[in-house]
Amino acid sequence: MINGIAVYVLWLREMKRFVRAKSRIVGTLAMPLFFLLFLGFGFKGVAIPGMPQNINYIHFLVPGIIGMTMLFTSMFAGISVLWDREFGFLKEIMVAPVSRISIVLGRIAGGSTTAIIQGLLILGISILMGFRIGNVWSLALAILFMILIAMTFIGLGLIFASKMKDIQGFGLIINFVMFPLFFLSGALFPVENLPMSIRYFAYADPLTFGVDGLRGALISVSSFSIFLDLVIIAASALLMIFLGAYFFEKSESV
Amino acid sequence: MDSIKVENLVKQFNGFTAVDHISFRVPQGEIFGLLGPNGAGKTTTINLLSTLLKPTSGSAKVSGHDIFDHRDEVRKNIGIVFQEPALDNQLTGRENLTFHAMMYGINKDERRKRIKRVVELVELTPKIDVLVDHYSGGMKRRLEIARGLIHRPKVLFLDEPTLGLDTQTRRHIWDYIKKLNRENQVTIILTTHYMEEADYLCDRVAIIDHGKIVALDTPDQLKEMLGGDVISLELDGRVDDLMAVLKNLEWVNTMKKHGDHLNLTVETAEKRIPEIITTAQKIGVVVRSVNLHKPSLEDVFLHFTGKTIREQEVSQIQRNRETVKRRMHR
Repeated sequence: MINGIAVYVLWLREMKRFVRAKSRIVGTLAMPLFFLLFLGFGFKGVAIPGMPQNINYIHFLVPGIIGMTMLFTSMFAGISVLWDREFGFLKEIMVAPVSRISIVLGRIAGGSTTAIIQGLLILGISILMGFRIGNVWSLALAILFMILIAMTFIGLGLIFASKMKDIQGFGLIINFVMFPLFFLSGALFPVENLPMSIRYFAYADPLTFGVDGLRGALISVSSFSIFLDLVIIAASALLMIFLGAYFFEKSESV
Repeated sequence: MDSIKVENLVKQFNGFTAVDHISFRVPQGEIFGLLGPNGAGKTTTINLLSTLLKPTSGSAKVSGHDIFDHRDEVRKNIGIVFQEPALDNQLTGRENLTFHAMMYGINKDERRKRIKRVVELVELTPKIDVLVDHYSGGMKRRLEIARGLIHRPKVLFLDEPTLGLDTQTRRHIWDYIKKLNRENQVTIILTTHYMEEADYLCDRVAIIDHGKIVALDTPDQLKEMLGGDVISLELDGRVDDLMAVLKNLEWVNTMKKHGDHLNLTVETAEKRIPEIITTAQKIGVVVRSVNLHKPSLEDVFLHFTGKTIREQEVSQIQRNRETVKRRMHR
């Protein structure tokens, strides 16, 4: 049922495209980097209610910005099916004698890899800015969270890509899906500061638990227990991949 | 054995019937053409047979496998060259071919050999390691044809294989197609709206219009059906009156009016022209010009659909626009 070679081929394609599209890497890294630099340095000394006293805002911000990078690059990776449809390549993939689930897994493998590379690049830049990671285990745990965040949002991107006919609605998705998910997630400030009515939306946002988990792994500060974060983000990753694959399978490729 | 067997195939999109109860069979090793204007349902038919679309009703078998129940088996046996390029521009020609071969489970050594061969066949060897982004339209088309052949399909679908190409490249591609068919016994299903392409390449042609097959035979048989040569008259005056008179003459085989033109098919037509002109003068119809030619597929198309392929395309585009408008207002 799952064709390993097909998954590998689609992953390899994504890697080659990633390496060749240098401007795209710079483009997708620019926004999180600006957030990190300007918010990080601009709010350096502030005390934000709900944020532990002993932490610098920049340390609080880094896991949030990594979460943001994961959100954006993963959603783009999922939605990139639309570009394949636009340029016709999707048909070539769809007439191949491989199961549809292999195609979905190939895209998730490729998309997660590129998203994690970008997340790690942001982490590297933060270290240059003075950010410190406790030990290798916290890094490993952070990478696990990154993988699960990537899977969740590639799945979500696939759902949108399967439901949309062309790339016209892409701007709407950035403004009305991706930014709200980002702001609700507590990437920039503790979720507890939001009014109760909005906080419910924050708790419905899987990225909230992803960011909280990253924060727990990297700076040992979290609103929930890391275990709870892990369970919720893992469950949402599974659910989104399942739904993404389901809608992708149902959509017509021409 | 039949390579393709289509029975009462129907495809509807939001109430618009793109393919309307078509049936046909194609034996192994034939070059079969679907000829019709843009929007007639040719590409939809190909998309149905290649499993990209699911039929609304009816059934079809490709290489003995049902297109609905055994999609993976169908996919293994077919190659397809799409109308619009379906290549990854960010990869080189070789990478596109390699990825394709891997998807079809061809091992490394075999892959190398086959890629070398197909690339030679389409004369892309010097450019094969260049990004497809830098290819011309003709080169992309040739690369796609090469890709369609790597896994040695039993049935090859070519959707408008020469659309938008210059005459020289078109000739080249025609030759590849013929050679391929002859040497490997590949069944080829091609769609086209170029009459001369259908005439030159196809063993049999199905004329498709508004989603229906209106005629199906060898190009020669189709032309013979008209009975004799074609006389095209450009007229001024009451064309209907002239038609009423000509209808009674037993040597007029078929007659079709479109606009101020009248097409007749007539045996030994050159001898009948004076008689036609005299008849026209008698009832006061002015003959502006006369054209006599051997029937072409264009005439066959005109005969079966009442329009030339170009006129049909214009009306089809209008029809599609109206459908889109209706959908948007809903």
